[in-house]
Amino acid sequence: MDLIVQGVIKAFQLIISFDPEVMGITWLSLKISGTATFISLFFGVSVGTAVALNNFPGKRLVISIINTGMGLPPVVVGLFVTIMIWRSGPLGFLEILYTPYAMIIAQAIIATPIVMGISLASIQNLPPNLRLQILSLGASRMQMIWVLIKESRLPLLAAVMAGFGGVISEVGASIMVGGNIKGYSRVLTTATVMETGKGNFDIAIALGIILLILAFLVNLLLTQIQQRQHPR
Amino acid sequence: MNNIFTIENLIVRRGGVKVLDINELKVHESRILALIGPNGAGKSTLLLTMAGLLKPDQGKMHYKGRPVESSAERSRMRRSVCVVFQEPLLLSTSVYKNVALGLKFRGMSKNDIQKNVGDALSYFGISSLANRSAKTLSGGESKRVSLARAFALKPHLILLDEAFNSLDPPTRESLIDDLRHILEETKITAVLALHDREETLRLAQDVTVMSEGRLIQTGATAQIFNQPQSEFVANFVGTETILEGTVQNIRSGLMEVLVSGKVIEAAGAAPLGQKVFCCIRPENIVVSREAPENTSARNIYEARIQKIVRQAFFYKLVLDCGFPVVAYLTVSSCEDLGFCEGAAVFASFKATAVHVMRREK
Repeated sequence: MDLIVQGVIKAFQLIISFDPEVMGITWLSLKISGTATFISLFFGVSVGTAVALNNFPGKRLVISIINTGMGLPPVVVGLFVTIMIWRSGPLGFLEILYTPYAMIIAQAIIATPIVMGISLASIQNLPPNLRLQILSLGASRMQMIWVLIKESRLPLLAAVMAGFGGVISEVGASIMVGGNIKGYSRVLTTATVMETGKGNFDIAIALGIILLILAFLVNLLLTQIQQRQHPR
Repeated sequence: MNNIFTIENLIVRRGGVKVLDINELKVHESRILALIGPNGAGKSTLLLTMAGLLKPDQGKMHYKGRPVESSAERSRMRRSVCVVFQEPLLLSTSVYKNVALGLKFRGMSKNDIQKNVGDALSYFGISSLANRSAKTLSGGESKRVSLARAFALKPHLILLDEAFNSLDPPTRESLIDDLRHILEETKITAVLALHDREETLRLAQDVTVMSEGRLIQTGATAQIFNQPQSEFVANFVGTETILEGTVQNIRSGLMEVLVSGKVIEAAGAAPLGQKVFCCIRPENIVVSREAPENTSARNIYEARIQKIVRQAFFYKLVLDCGFPVVAYLTVSSCEDLGFCEGAAVFASFKATAVHVMRREK
């Protein structure tokens, strides 16, 4: 019991005093996961929309693959990215193993199918005649697609939440490709794993609390936007 | 009469099945054409094809005298032809932005958009809804917004698919009246897919009856309703007598409607000079050998029996009272009274049996 109480007290001290190391780790987490989510948004929405709006042979297979990708195990992604950027691997010349860039790539790969799957489903869920109605009002194809994406903004926000929530709390891939290097590629999750291993529960609890608060704040923000855009 | 849109030998297939097979269709400029027919007759498909949203497998279409063949011509046509679907299909944003949508696509300036949207909203009596969220509207309001969105574009041809479906009766009534006025005022050519005969009578000047992708009969509204050329059309438009007339006098709950030189008294009220349709159901017509006396029926006419047709359980009599009237008589009353073709009789019906529908123009 003492362990937990002491840990929590120490944790709050670290947070309230803006401990530079804890703050640095938090900021890096936000930067890496934010960038990865942004990249996944770009690829996920464009490919998801393209698949939803076009009919082609094998469409169902593609959709099944994307849906499977939504549950991609981070460790497998970590393994795949590590092999690719390993010194003797196909992308070894980039020399980005154990850097934040590698972490961004791995996290983007994890988040992209989530964003893609949700945007695909949300565009498909729009009434089938909506596309024709928009075209009949004089839209070009690009204008029509833009209106459809705007119309699915609520599920797309959910996709952002799901994607960001997935990668900021992910540890396997980050530790494999980032290496948990202090001050460089150490993020909240990898640091929590390490500090717990060392028995530094106070720091681990502090990091855990920050991770929770972070996830809560991001979702609160997105929910606010969502509710404002959809007045009842 | 100018034709704004013509179709020749049009064939549309969907999944290998021929869903549309039209020899000829002409849409007269500034008139209202109703496509009527049962579900699955191909009305919606025809509208989609006319809107340039569906490429026909075969056939020729001319819009404003120019052939519509390439996809470039189809897109050009789409700029002045607008289809409005059955369901309102509004975007989840404000009513104003919904109505402005098509104008924005055209790159119109903010001021022009504001003016056009304002006009369209006031046409449909929904100016007060401008800032409401489109997803909070009632069915009737949504329908008005989706119509305003199309009319804001000032199209030359508007195609309405089942515009009054799933609206409750009072909402439907007022929308029909408003739409009629707007079409009259703007002179926009309209093609309406309908399946209700009353809506057709109240709105359309021309009617095309469709079945299984084909056009069965085309003509002026009164002609289609009074002279159906086939059993199918007759069943679809009903056997009611429909008479075109003008209100010429009104007094204490009664109006006198002038029909082919004769006066029909009908219960109700309408403005003087209003063009109307008088509809009388065949079961409400009483046929007698002598002029009925001391009767509550206010309409009594000398008539001649033109035709007697044996139906399953009754006779259908076509009478000539100076205007055509259809009456149903049971087999026994018809035989007891010894009616035969060519006989002189009296036809009578109550003023309350006349259903008066206001008509445009």
